[in-house]
Amino acid sequence: MNTQSASASATPSARPNGAGAAAILAASVGAFLVAVFAILADRSAAVKSLMIFWKPTGSLSGVTTCAIVLWLASWAILDMRWRNRNVALARVNAVAFALLILGLLLTFPPIADLF
Amino acid sequence: MEITVRSFWTLIHGMGFGALYLMACSGALVELYRRYSTHNPALPTERDEKFLRTYLVAMAAIAWLAVLTGAYIVYPWYRAVPPPGTANLAAFPQRLLLASPTTSGWHAIGMEWKEHVAWIAPISITMAASVVLQYGRNLKEHPQLRAAVLGFVWISLVAAGVAGFFGAMINKSAPVEGGTVIQIVQGEQK
Repeated sequence: MNTQSASASATPSARPNGAGAAAILAASVGAFLVAVFAILADRSAAVKSLMIFWKPTGSLSGVTTCAIVLWLASWAILDMRWRNRNVALARVNAVAFALLILGLLLTFPPIADLF
Repeated sequence: MEITVRSFWTLIHGMGFGALYLMACSGALVELYRRYSTHNPALPTERDEKFLRTYLVAMAAIAWLAVLTGAYIVYPWYRAVPPPGTANLAAFPQRLLLASPTTSGWHAIGMEWKEHVAWIAPISITMAASVVLQYGRNLKEHPQLRAAVLGFVWISLVAAGVAGFFGAMINKSAPVEGGTVIQIVQGEQK
C-alpha cells in the first residue's frame, strides 16, 4: 500500500492515520482468512485434518485459530510500519471493505461451494 | 421448571452474549455517528469518550465470549456423533437435522454459514474498539477512519445477525439438550 506524507483528510496537528489504517486493513484480512481457511478445509481432507486443533470442535478450531493468529500478526506488522505516518486511507478502506465483503460472502456455503 | 446443562450453556451463548451483542450494536452505531460526525461542531466530553471506550471494549469482550462459548462449549454437543444403531437422535442435533431433507438445510447452509461468519463480528468490533481507544476525539479529524469504523460495526451487526438468526432457527428444529438437569423452580402438581 502506498503511503503519502500528508493526508488530505487530517489536519497537520492530528494524530497520523497509520495506526487506524493498520487496524482496519488487518481486521479485513482476518475476516477474509476465516473464509479462505474454511474453504480450504472443506475442499481438502488433508487441510481439514491439519485444522483439527481440538477434536470436539473439529476443523473449526484450526480454521479460526489460524485466521486469528494471522490477523493479529498482520496487525502488529502493519502497525509497526504505519504507526507514525499518514497513509492513503481511501485506498486502504477500499481494499479493507472489499476483503470484508468477500469474507462475508465466501463464508456463505452456496458461494463457498463454487470453489 | 428445569433446564439441562447443555440447554443452559446454549442460552448463555445465544441470549446472554449473542442477543446482547446485537442490541449493543445499534447503540454503538448511533453513538459513533453522533459523537464523531463532522456536522456536529461540539467535541465529545472526556466523560462521553470514556463511556464510549468502555462500551466498545465491553462489546468486543461480549462478541469474543459469544463465539468462544459457541465454538468450544455448545458446538461439540451439536456435532456429537451418535453410537452406531442409535435410533433416537434427540441428543445429536446435527445428525437429527441431516436425517431429514426438510431440515438438512438448517445444517448444510445455516450452521455451516453461522459457524464461520460469526467470527467476523469480534474481529470487526475489536478493530473498532481499538481505533476509538487510540484516537478518541481525534477521530473527528479523520472522517475516513470514522467511516471505516462505522462500516465495520455495520458488517459486524450483519455477521452477528446471520449467526443469531440461524442459531435460533437451528435450536428450534434440533435443540442442544442433555447433561445434568438443573431445577430452577419446583412447580405445583395439579
